[in-house]
Amino acid sequence: MNLKDLLEKRKSAIIKCWFDLVVETYPLDTSQFLKKQKDPFANPVGATISQALKPLFDEILNRMDHEAIAAYIDPIIRIRAVQSILSPSQATSFIFFLKKAIRENLRKELKDIEISNDLLVFELKIDEVGLIAFDIFVKCREQVYTIKANDRLNRAFGAFKRAGLVTETMDDTQGL
Amino acid sequence: MSERLKSDEDFSKIDLNPSKTGWMDTPTVIKDGMFCFAAKPQSVKTLDLPYSREWNPKHDDWKLPENWKEIIYEGMRDRLDRFRTFKIFMDICVRCGACADKCHFFIGTGDPKNMPVLRAELIRSVYKNDFTTFGKIFGKLGGARPLTLDVLKEWWYYFFQCSECRRCSVFCPYGIDTAEITIIGRELLNLLGLNIDWIATPVSNCYMTGNHMGIQPHAFVGMLEFFVDDIEECTGVRVNPTFNKKGADILFVTPSGDVFGDPGTYTCMGYMILFHYLKEKYGLEVTWSTYASEGGNFGLFTSNEVMKRLNSKMYAEAKRLGVKWILGGECGHMWRVINQYMGTMNGPADFLEEPVNPITGTKFENAKSTKMVHIVEFTADLIKHGKLDLDPSRNDNLKVTFHDSCNPARGMGFFEEPRYVIKNVCNNYYDMPRNCIKEQTFCCGSGSGLNASEDMELRLAGGLPRANAVKYVNEKHGVNMLACICAIDRAVLPPLMGYWVPEVDVTGIHELVTNALIIPGEKEKTVNLRGEDIPDKESDPDEYYVRPAFSGR
Repeated sequence: MNLKDLLEKRKSAIIKCWFDLVVETYPLDTSQFLKKQKDPFANPVGATISQALKPLFDEILNRMDHEAIAAYIDPIIRIRAVQSILSPSQATSFIFFLKKAIRENLRKELKDIEISNDLLVFELKIDEVGLIAFDIFVKCREQVYTIKANDRLNRAFGAFKRAGLVTETMDDTQGL
Repeated sequence: MSERLKSDEDFSKIDLNPSKTGWMDTPTVIKDGMFCFAAKPQSVKTLDLPYSREWNPKHDDWKLPENWKEIIYEGMRDRLDRFRTFKIFMDICVRCGACADKCHFFIGTGDPKNMPVLRAELIRSVYKNDFTTFGKIFGKLGGARPLTLDVLKEWWYYFFQCSECRRCSVFCPYGIDTAEITIIGRELLNLLGLNIDWIATPVSNCYMTGNHMGIQPHAFVGMLEFFVDDIEECTGVRVNPTFNKKGADILFVTPSGDVFGDPGTYTCMGYMILFHYLKEKYGLEVTWSTYASEGGNFGLFTSNEVMKRLNSKMYAEAKRLGVKWILGGECGHMWRVINQYMGTMNGPADFLEEPVNPITGTKFENAKSTKMVHIVEFTADLIKHGKLDLDPSRNDNLKVTFHDSCNPARGMGFFEEPRYVIKNVCNNYYDMPRNCIKEQTFCCGSGSGLNASEDMELRLAGGLPRANAVKYVNEKHGVNMLACICAIDRAVLPPLMGYWVPEVDVTGIHELVTNALIIPGEKEKTVNLRGEDIPDKESDPDEYYVRPAFSGR
């Protein structure tokens, strides 16, 4: 059995392990809640993570299409980019936890040198996904700063400007 | 605000694991994006509140008075005597955990100290330590801890990460209202001059000029007159609002956010068109006040006394003008103040009449004491009695959902009237899932004075549960418009949607009402109040709808 077949076969165990590792980046009280609460509206963070990991895993395993990968990880990163209890490295690190999840689930099989070598190649794909995650994280942070700046600008001046109650100097104040 | 960069050596020690310590041993780190700037000294001074000074939450020295601990202890003692709720809430929590995962700030930020039970423990631990024998004997084992500077800073950080929305209280088997604990926590902090500027300055402005923005009467009138021109351009009808008119039937008070902030301004135009319609058709005279020019009351987020002081202007103005009763606009916390406190706080308003809709004859029994009626209830009554000519197809470009604002929902049980109105003026309405609406509604994440710009990370994380439910109806039904009845919502939901669900825009209900209202003498409308084209009758909302231009998307 080659690595791809093995990963397909152990997929659900690997993804479960990956999910646990991701939610364990939160403090204990939080991670317990994220694991237990299954209602997606009561637990949007846990639901977003669990919904994204399976298709993301399939995409890495098969097509490795960058756009599709970005679409799967955007919702997770979008959340973690505004969670100040996480540092940027903590926010994006969850991609790399897939390596750990795979190695923990394929301990015996990795004694086979061929599978072990294949896994090293596969892990390069995970590194690539890590870089996509970094791009998305920065994009989300830039968006937060833009929203922050525009919020301040629009708060009072928008209506005044429309009413012509501010002078022309304010007319240059375009949204960012 | 920027911090010193770490050395290369520090960067090599990246720790991907969260702290494993219990909450009491986990130090609080004050992080950018999660707090609002400190109150300006002048604003604190204007209100005669103590210890006005320049201070910075990021600095070690908060310039506290030397006897700050005594001030807090005395403040707690005083409030434990005065407010029975505070004493009970300190004593009866059994830590069952029912509230723990109900807070939008906990769900969104992932920070356990935002669990309502822990937020209360921040102050309860000091109560146990200094006010109970149990705590004195068992100390930390009994959940007690001494009041220290770090504890005080922790209070400040987390009591300003609670929007007093009261969702947690819905689930507490003992009925503990954590919002009231936050209210007391903030009162205690105010004893040391530790308010945030987004609350202190609007309160100061409101005290001096009648509204949060500090807009003087002539500018207030100027803005509404500008809306008169806009309305005429859109409808061909020139409305004629009256200001401070003695002997009018009704005084109308709404948050100043409706007058000065988009998209609330369109809701404001909606009120003006409705009042014009009622005057033309039924001779009802509604007047605006340039003195009571603010329905919102950030005093609620400061202290009982400040809330009372700001609220008094509404009654004073109603008395001065000799109106029959007061009509209130689409606001959030204003309705909590009115419905839960005003009747006894500034009342009884014996000089006003028990509100009756002169057009339909409906008695507003619920407003018997306060003499103040919610405009959505008023409009719902008009629609129920067939008093408004409506063409809901004018809103056919919209697929609408409704965000129950926390305070009208949980503070006055206001669930059905807004939905009734929307369903009568729009053909496409979809509710969000049951555990995200009505009494279980999720907060916008920016209430109780947290709608500053500098705490945007807190707002976006706290608003996640709400946005997540909007995203669901957007994906399932193509919902493109989020209606709400709160001025803070109208200000904060656009950026929230911009980050999480950019396909959805935000509106007040009376904008939708007047889109559909057939006004006597109107021209054939080609654009709505926003200047957007009105759809053809046959057009498909999915095809017609254009994403709103929101800079930052």
